[in-house]
Amino acid sequence: MKKLMIYMKEYTRESILGPLFKLLEASFELLVPLVMAAIIDNGIAGGDKGYILRMCGVLAGLAVVGLVCSITAQYFAARASVGFAAKVRSALFAHIQKLSFAQQDKQGANTLITRMTSDINQVQSGVNLALRLLLRSPFVVFGAMVMAFTIDWQAAMVFMVTIPLLCAVVFGIMLWGIPMYKKVQQRLDKVLGITRENLTGARVIRAFCKEQEERSAFVQRNDDLTTLQKVVGKVSGLMNPITYVLINLGVIVLIWVGALRVEQGVLTQGQVVALYNYMSQILVELIKMASLIISITKAMACASRVSAVLSLAPGMEGADSLPSAPDTQEAVRFENVSLTYESAGAPSLLNVSFTAKRGETIGVIGGTGSGKSTLVNLIPRFYDATSGRVLVGGVDVRDYPLEALRRKIGVVPQRAVLFKGSIRDNLRWGAQDATQEEMFAALATAQASEIVKGREGGLDAMIAQGGKNLSGGQRQRLTIARALVKRPDILILDDSASALDYATDLALRQALRQLPESPTVFIVSQRASSIRHADRIIVLDEGAVCGMGTHEELLNSCAVYQEIYYSQYEKEAM
Amino acid sequence: MAGKRNLRAQRDTLQKVLRYIGKYRLLVTLSILMAAASVALTLYVPILVGRAIDRIVEAGRVDFAGILSILISVGVVVGITAILQWLMNVINNKITYQVVRDIRNEAFERITILPLKYIDAHSYGEIVSRVIADVDQFADGLLMGFTQLFTGVVTILGTLIFMLTVHVGITFVVVLLTPLSLFVANFIAKRTYFMFKKQSEARADQTALVDEMIGNQKVVQAFTHEAQAQRDFDEINERLRVSSLKAIFYSSITNPSTRFINSLVYAGVGLTGALAALTGGITVGGLSAFLSYANQYTKPFNEISGVITELQNALVCAGRIFELIEEPPQASDAGAPALEDVAGRVSLENVAFSYTADKPLIKCFNLRVHPGQRVAIVGPTGCGKTTLINLLMRFYDVDAGSISVEGHDIRNVTRHSLRRKYGMVLQDTWLKAGTIRENIVMGKPDATDDEVLQAAKASHAHGFITRLPDGYDTVIQEDGGSLSQGQKQLLCITRVMLCLPPMLILDEATSSIDTRTELKIQEAFARLMQGRTSFIVAHRLSTIKNADVILVMKDGDIIEQGTHDELIARNGFYAKLYYSQFAA
Repeated sequence: MKKLMIYMKEYTRESILGPLFKLLEASFELLVPLVMAAIIDNGIAGGDKGYILRMCGVLAGLAVVGLVCSITAQYFAARASVGFAAKVRSALFAHIQKLSFAQQDKQGANTLITRMTSDINQVQSGVNLALRLLLRSPFVVFGAMVMAFTIDWQAAMVFMVTIPLLCAVVFGIMLWGIPMYKKVQQRLDKVLGITRENLTGARVIRAFCKEQEERSAFVQRNDDLTTLQKVVGKVSGLMNPITYVLINLGVIVLIWVGALRVEQGVLTQGQVVALYNYMSQILVELIKMASLIISITKAMACASRVSAVLSLAPGMEGADSLPSAPDTQEAVRFENVSLTYESAGAPSLLNVSFTAKRGETIGVIGGTGSGKSTLVNLIPRFYDATSGRVLVGGVDVRDYPLEALRRKIGVVPQRAVLFKGSIRDNLRWGAQDATQEEMFAALATAQASEIVKGREGGLDAMIAQGGKNLSGGQRQRLTIARALVKRPDILILDDSASALDYATDLALRQALRQLPESPTVFIVSQRASSIRHADRIIVLDEGAVCGMGTHEELLNSCAVYQEIYYSQYEKEAM
Repeated sequence: MAGKRNLRAQRDTLQKVLRYIGKYRLLVTLSILMAAASVALTLYVPILVGRAIDRIVEAGRVDFAGILSILISVGVVVGITAILQWLMNVINNKITYQVVRDIRNEAFERITILPLKYIDAHSYGEIVSRVIADVDQFADGLLMGFTQLFTGVVTILGTLIFMLTVHVGITFVVVLLTPLSLFVANFIAKRTYFMFKKQSEARADQTALVDEMIGNQKVVQAFTHEAQAQRDFDEINERLRVSSLKAIFYSSITNPSTRFINSLVYAGVGLTGALAALTGGITVGGLSAFLSYANQYTKPFNEISGVITELQNALVCAGRIFELIEEPPQASDAGAPALEDVAGRVSLENVAFSYTADKPLIKCFNLRVHPGQRVAIVGPTGCGKTTLINLLMRFYDVDAGSISVEGHDIRNVTRHSLRRKYGMVLQDTWLKAGTIRENIVMGKPDATDDEVLQAAKASHAHGFITRLPDGYDTVIQEDGGSLSQGQKQLLCITRVMLCLPPMLILDEATSSIDTRTELKIQEAFARLMQGRTSFIVAHRLSTIKNADVILVMKDGDIIEQGTHDELIARNGFYAKLYYSQFAA
């Protein structure tokens, strides 16, 4: 929770003034029964009409002051809660953007998105309510007790006993509630999970005729949720009746004590009415509190989910300043690099060493799960090596500011992701200041010119979220163009031509070779043809390098490469 | 105009909601009775207390015996009220959560029978938010409506009656002044409607941005787009802050304003009451009861104005859920016979299909497949290969022409019986959250461990599975988490290997698997699929060379057809494609 309180700091003024005005208002409200008692004891008993009129004027005056105070309080509360939530949201967004790939793998995007949106919204309304009412209610409760003391300390002892009991009930239910609401939220997450699955996996589920099973699974999870909600409802529904009973027991004792005190000549009838009024005020406040407590309990549960993310230390920090670049022809060097993913049983990369010179094309090939993607993911430092070093331009990747490092490298990921917006917007991801010519050049290299030409609006044609309105091959070519717009020193194609036919794949590779900047290119592929003409080919097998060299060399020396190659080219085709 | 239509839509939604609630008629009636009883009793307490106070006049004039008996009845009444209140809370909770559960179940069931066309055309996030967030909002509103609106109305009526019995004149003061608070609340609500609308628009924009940027955070980081994303985010965030501040502040004026009016009512009651007391028209105890009523009578008015906004919001949410629930499902196949005894004869006659009416994709497609034939489909991206699979599996229905299996039009048999005859592996691998084993046995839940093992060995998935921390019991997240694309494909293949249907569909099923493993898998497939009809879509021409018939598709039509050797000899489109993979 401390993590979140920092963001309240800027609104210290508002968060003090808000409750303060609320308390002012409440104090004026507490005067009302006193005025009423005066009316009864002096006005009615004395038959003084003028006095009654004047005192009712005072009541109206108190109402006006109360109005002004509470509107002021609402303003400060709204300002503080909304401003606070905006700050937390922005900070959370920034924080999530700093999470390393490994942390993202662990957290999952789904829960991060709910925490960014619905959890923070809950916190915002919780803070708003708390500023407005959380102080007010206890203040009215204790204020009523203090006022009771000013009337008669013996009668006020009733308050002294009732109020702690009420507090015990309210806080008891609240303490019980917070973990329960967290559980409810978790069960809701499960219902959400299965709903999502049935949308993303609609084809497979239907192909296997699993609709009925999925439905029963959903009903099961939904029932789990409902059952828990009902249990929570049963217990939190106790709050009102119990407080009601306690208060009225207080009233019963109060009236009895009041009767005794009046008999002793210590109290007047009007004062008994006033004491009773204070008891009623406490009841009204507690009923308000009850619904407030439920919202605040929910908000606390959500706040702890938010601060859990904020307290994840960024898994990866870059250097603060650019390293001095040595004069070297080396683009990338791996020195004995190994990597074991968290929660994985075996290393995904084992003692890999190689050097790539500027302008070289490096092919990476190997079996499924042999560590090809892992290898190239280490170059832009998406993951940190468990041991060994990765150097880019002669400098350890950990000595670069992350941004400076990644700016040098263009990545075309395996999964072709585009964003909602125009084609132009998407290409600008590579370079904010890219000119029209540069974009067209990149599109031409990526064999994507016809995608733009074929569309109304050209570069301004809109792409739907996730690129849904494009085919797989079109998406892939646009992601390649996006990386090219960056004019990177190092270009990484992570199996990113898999949806392209051979002819397009070939044209793409030829175009890449013609690039004026002649970047160092890493091509990860399943196809021997894609990497065959690379300057060097790295053959991976279960995370280890089992061969390195040109196509001809490997064909003579590397059994794994031979096997891969001949599985695609039969010997007679040579 | 728009307002009127809105109103009608709201009324429609309300009626539907009532239908769901109608199922719990008994509970609702019970809740109403309890609310009425507990409110009446709650109102009775101040009267009793007032009577007791009237028995405490001054020293020497205190009627202890009378007070005692009154206090005892207060105790009894309070006890009963508390029990009624609790039962009412429990019942209301029960009704609300049951209704919500029913609606969610129905929404989910609808998702499982919606045409894929709907699912393909909508963003998942949007549908999910209907089932989760909207239903939640609706539940909140419904519960609040039940507990507050209802008791509120009863309280108003009850207090009114009690006040009338105590003093008619003062009651009038209260009745005349109170509606002012409703008026004020309404005035403010109208003004804040636009501010709320702006707020939810800003919120929707922000959610969309968050969904994209957090959902694809790896790409964002790869392109060092964080700073720009943060700028975009902060820009929307500021817009949201400003609009939220306005909406929240202006709407929160309602409460102080109505409370102000209550205070005025209180002062009015004090004035008229005290004046009446002067002439003996009311006792001090009566006045004290009256003052506590004045508070109780006006309170529900404030709450009701709040509840009405909440209910409106709930109705909007309910409307969105009903939209989903009422979405027309795929044509029912109830009563259709099951497809049985499939040897693998499939024919397509004059099939035409398009996703959007103005862009015809497949115009007149004819194909006859004999039992046991291996049919390979090749062609450039967007030529309709995947569409063909959508049609064979009946994920989509043909626009014209027909597809039949063993002479039965597939529209005349049940979908399940048709789909059970196919084993399908798609390029877009999908795994469900759960253990590896659960994913493998999807098509055959009663498979023995040994069968699972054999299937995994045949698909060459056994090796990597045993290297996972918990082997076959390793839990994976939806979309497979840290498994590589190729490993996911191996699992999908294992799934099909296990249940061995008479026909096979492989849509780029091995695209991410290395060619060596692929070859081995193909051998396994070849062995297992002996005599089974199969449709294979692939880019890798090595994958399809051994097919019995190769269809070369372009723009939704078959442009060439034949065996590998025939097509090479023809030296057409296929030959060009084939040679391109050897070119440098």
